[in-house]
Amino acid sequence: MSILTPAAGERNSRREANRRQRSLILGRSRLARGGAMTVLVVMALGWLFPLIWATNSSFRTEADTVALPLQWIPENGFTLEQYIGLFEVGKVQLWMTNSLIIAVAVTAITVAVSALAAYAFSRMVFRGRKALFALTIAAIMVPPQLLIIPLFDQMVALNLVDTYAAIILPQVVAPIMVFILKKFFDGIPRELEEAARMDGAGPWRVFFSVVLPLSRPILAAVSIFVFINAWNNFLWPFIVTTDPSLMTLPVGIPNVLDAYGTVYARNMASSMVAAAPMIVVFLLFQRRIVRSVATTGLGGQ
Amino acid sequence: MTATAPPRDRAPAGPPPAARSAPPLWRRVSDSGWAFLLPFLAVFAAFMGWPVVYGFWLSLTDSTLVRTGGDFVGLANYAEALGDPLMWQTLGNTAFFTLASTVPLVVLALVMAVLVHSGLPGQWLWRLSFFVPYLLPVATVGLVGQFMFNQEIGVLNQATGADVGWLSEDSVALWSIVIATVWWTVGFNFLLYLAALQSIPDHLYEAASIDGAGAWARLWSITLPQLSRITGVVLVLQLLSSLKVFDQIYLLMGNNPTDATRSILIYVYDTGFTGYRLGYGSALSYIFLAIVVAVALVQTWVGSRRNKGAAA
Repeated sequence: MSILTPAAGERNSRREANRRQRSLILGRSRLARGGAMTVLVVMALGWLFPLIWATNSSFRTEADTVALPLQWIPENGFTLEQYIGLFEVGKVQLWMTNSLIIAVAVTAITVAVSALAAYAFSRMVFRGRKALFALTIAAIMVPPQLLIIPLFDQMVALNLVDTYAAIILPQVVAPIMVFILKKFFDGIPRELEEAARMDGAGPWRVFFSVVLPLSRPILAAVSIFVFINAWNNFLWPFIVTTDPSLMTLPVGIPNVLDAYGTVYARNMASSMVAAAPMIVVFLLFQRRIVRSVATTGLGGQ
Repeated sequence: MTATAPPRDRAPAGPPPAARSAPPLWRRVSDSGWAFLLPFLAVFAAFMGWPVVYGFWLSLTDSTLVRTGGDFVGLANYAEALGDPLMWQTLGNTAFFTLASTVPLVVLALVMAVLVHSGLPGQWLWRLSFFVPYLLPVATVGLVGQFMFNQEIGVLNQATGADVGWLSEDSVALWSIVIATVWWTVGFNFLLYLAALQSIPDHLYEAASIDGAGAWARLWSITLPQLSRITGVVLVLQLLSSLKVFDQIYLLMGNNPTDATRSILIYVYDTGFTGYRLGYGSALSYIFLAIVVAVALVQTWVGSRRNKGAAA
């Protein structure tokens, strides 16, 4: 870990590390440095442009958004009218609340259920453990998207269509997270747990007061990853909700727009509102998120 | 030992609680592995195991959304699927999308990660630019895409002076969807590569610089070879996620994809939820599942062969 030194929190040492990194990887050549920088700037501009353009367009009147030729500064100046209109309708706040409730519930349940199972697979001895773990691994290959038809039919049979439960429950099955957590638990030295056992602690006590505190980083990583996916999930919530008051942001926004016809400035405003929460969260926890996506993603190997 | 002060890195030193005799039955059950496993097993059985089995049963019946529990028809749905030109077309679209998106999604992610990892100033900004689109909900991707790809007022045509129907021309639309997808999801692969780059030991580069190797030589003789393992991982994850494409096609095409842009998963959805044919839709799902599993197994096999080859 060359960039993430223990002192990574300090700006100066980071700068120093970057400088070292630069000379290690690019050497002293001006051409290499200049070339790399140019490509980086061009690509970053290309990647940021759609967001900049969409944000810019969301602060315009509809007429200015579609006025040709396109201009960076609209003729009638920037305005908040799209956002005000959007929030006056009131659905967006509702969907954001739904998204939050659902994503938090999915994350909490998934992490709890997966961590317990992973601990059982990692440490406990019982009949059928190997077979069940093999089944869990095999299930990683089954894309949940392929189960939409039987799952929907099941929800109809259980009379759960248009409930939070129907949106949440099928999302909490995450065999890949069980696998990642089990790998982590396997790496914790057994001595700590054995010492706690000697003191008379049962497996639950050991799990909650010895293992979990040691697993905070991986639990954070898994939670962040599950949360991002739950927050942005589209297909399943889209299938199982028809009631607009239960929709999540990704489902509700394109849905309501259909009813109004295409209104580009308003579309861009709703796009930005839908995108904002995750972007703010990212700006606050950049390092942590970057690390967790890397850990959980790599766990997939 | 108290629950409020969990020991972090040393064994708990508190006094042991009163010694216990043989634990009662409920205690033995609750302390066994099964108790820890139970919650996961319950959701797994209900929302994965059962749908897999039930879906297979459905695929052998002529069930519809209005009349479930249809009659057993054997393999008739599968036979129909094999002769269904729309299934082959949507499978073809899916294969095209998978290949066309996987290549840039791996290559561009690698380029981005190598450039960012070189330690040039502005780390925070680069990571932000490349990764933030990955955090966008697909609704945003769909709306911004429609806006920018629009033939009359879209910024793409306006800025380049072209007159392309990015989403309205059948021959172009799938490419536009690929472009939007690359923009949206490359950040994930970028992070995987970045993490892998950070684990390359510095001494390799130090040795190279003593040998007088320039930046280009370092890239080809150290960085890229060190990344071959992670490239395998990125490739598998990407292939599997590209095969499952649904959301961005559906939304970019305004909830109404043409036959030229429908993926197999969209065809499954249309068959089951618009056409109400649950039985036939399930059969299509199972054909597709077979393909996904085959791709995963081939990848695993290739990966293990390559690892063996490297070890030999």
